[in-house]
Amino acid sequence: MTEEPTSHPMRQERIQEGPGRVAPSARKARKARRLAAKKNNQMPVVAPVEGPAATRVVEGELQSPAPDSGLVGALQRPYLIRLIVRRELARMYSASILGLLWSYVQPAIRFGVYFVVFGYLLNMHKDVPDFAIHLFCGIVFVHYFSETFSGGTRSIWLNRRLVQKMAVPREVFPLSSMLVAMFHTLPQLLLLAFFSFISGWSIDPLGAASGLLGLLIIMAFSMAMALIFSAVNVYYRDFQNIVHTITQFMHFLVPMMYPAHRVMQHAEAHPVIYQLYMANPVADAVMLLQRFFWYPVAKQNASGKAQELSLLFPDHLLQRGLITLVACLGLLWFGQRLFRRLEKKFPERL
Amino acid sequence: MVENVSKIFTMHYSRTLKQMAVSVAKGLPLSETFKAVDDVSFTVEQGESIGLMGLNGSGKSTLLKIINGVMRPDGGRVLTRGRIAGLIAKGAGFHPQLTGRENLYLNAAILGMNEAETNAKFDEIVDFASIGKFLDIPVSHYSSGMYARLGFSVAVHVDADIFLADEVLAVGDRPFKKKCMEKMQEIRHQGTTIFYVSHAAASVRNMCDRVLVLESGRLTYDSKVVPGGSVQGGIHYLHYDDTTEEEHADEELGSEI
Repeated sequence: MTEEPTSHPMRQERIQEGPGRVAPSARKARKARRLAAKKNNQMPVVAPVEGPAATRVVEGELQSPAPDSGLVGALQRPYLIRLIVRRELARMYSASILGLLWSYVQPAIRFGVYFVVFGYLLNMHKDVPDFAIHLFCGIVFVHYFSETFSGGTRSIWLNRRLVQKMAVPREVFPLSSMLVAMFHTLPQLLLLAFFSFISGWSIDPLGAASGLLGLLIIMAFSMAMALIFSAVNVYYRDFQNIVHTITQFMHFLVPMMYPAHRVMQHAEAHPVIYQLYMANPVADAVMLLQRFFWYPVAKQNASGKAQELSLLFPDHLLQRGLITLVACLGLLWFGQRLFRRLEKKFPERL
Repeated sequence: MVENVSKIFTMHYSRTLKQMAVSVAKGLPLSETFKAVDDVSFTVEQGESIGLMGLNGSGKSTLLKIINGVMRPDGGRVLTRGRIAGLIAKGAGFHPQLTGRENLYLNAAILGMNEAETNAKFDEIVDFASIGKFLDIPVSHYSSGMYARLGFSVAVHVDADIFLADEVLAVGDRPFKKKCMEKMQEIRHQGTTIFYVSHAAASVRNMCDRVLVLESGRLTYDSKVVPGGSVQGGIHYLHYDDTTEEEHADEELGSEI
């Protein structure tokens, strides 16, 4: 183990680079350059404003900074909701040619398919008077439910940047999905009213009450589902796919392609399944809406035994509706509580 | 205003059912918790400006998020009075698909301004951000500097009672940083409470009259509570003044050359 040969190139370089060899002035200049560069990256220093500082007195109680108001609190900020709804609409139709029309094309196509397949192939036109209106009542509500449910479920996840950075009442997002769906549904309802009117519609008080009740049920139920699933979806994104399946099923779980009477026929043979079917709030809401729009029209035009039968609704339709509404409001309350609990961990789970 | 605040994060190791099953079979933990903010208490009077310092990961941003109301504390409570605005960790909460203008209105609305107020301040905000013709393109196309400028501009113009500034200015260029610091001095002068997070000792010394130092989630230095504490003391406590001395040396050096 002797010394390394002095001719080794590395060794020579080291000797040349040694601190003693560089002229002191050059070394200082290099240090100055380095420090100047460093100072440039530093935050600039600004002297405080001269003069006596103003004192600011803030009125009000000390309170938690976290928005803690729930759905009710979210509704108290209409300007914010309006902005979010408008933004949501802009987002949906950015870079699309048909724009807003898309939200009508989809239900229209669905309506066309069901109208042909069930109306002609499965003979519903013969059995159900004014089958088109019967079907349309169902399409409107089912579409509204699907849109609120699936849009609401994704709403928190889509707005995660805002949720992570700003103190917003988070209920705003599912709520605005519901309002967006409403925005799409209202013209459909007007269209429905128009066609019913052409076919000889007359409004009776019981029908009007049913229609209102149906609307309230579908709103409460959709909102509750959107609220619950939007929160759960933050934790496990699997729920987005479950939602899709549920909305697919919903088309067949409400009496729109077939009259309610077809289901009622099986009430005695399968009482449990029958009760489950009727307990579905969407089915209930659809029947209530049909009672409002379709029933008065169909009653005039009905002829023959099959058509008479199809006019039948389950007993105590209105009472059932009221019970369902109470249950849906209960679900909404539960959804709000669940949302509240899950919301605490949103910023870290997104 | 902040009492015994703790925030516990849960780290989930296994994301899918399969991974979970494997972890359970191997006897590994599914998750682990750690305290990002641990039993922190302090009271701030209106008009104070607080410098929040600490190493990376010491819980500064988490603490600001709790003060801001984005996160809720797992223990203890935070109470505030008045409107809170500010920027937390790398810019504002903007929606990438929206244009600068839409984001501006949305952010102002979330911070509690109504339409008339926003319209009144609109020009001022846009001027300050100097975004110019890019106001109407989606913010996802913005440079990080523009993004930060717009965010800061909105936050600083909402006339908040408490202003939070969290290292957002790190991406801005030097003239804009200077402009921001001037603006912050201005709102400080107006009596707004300021929380300022920065690693730049000189800037904290100028901006703040009180320093809080966080070390792995614990409040270890409060210049108001520690006897004889001062802003300089807090900076010294963190050993940030090593660089400060160098700076002084450098100032002298600079004048020499």
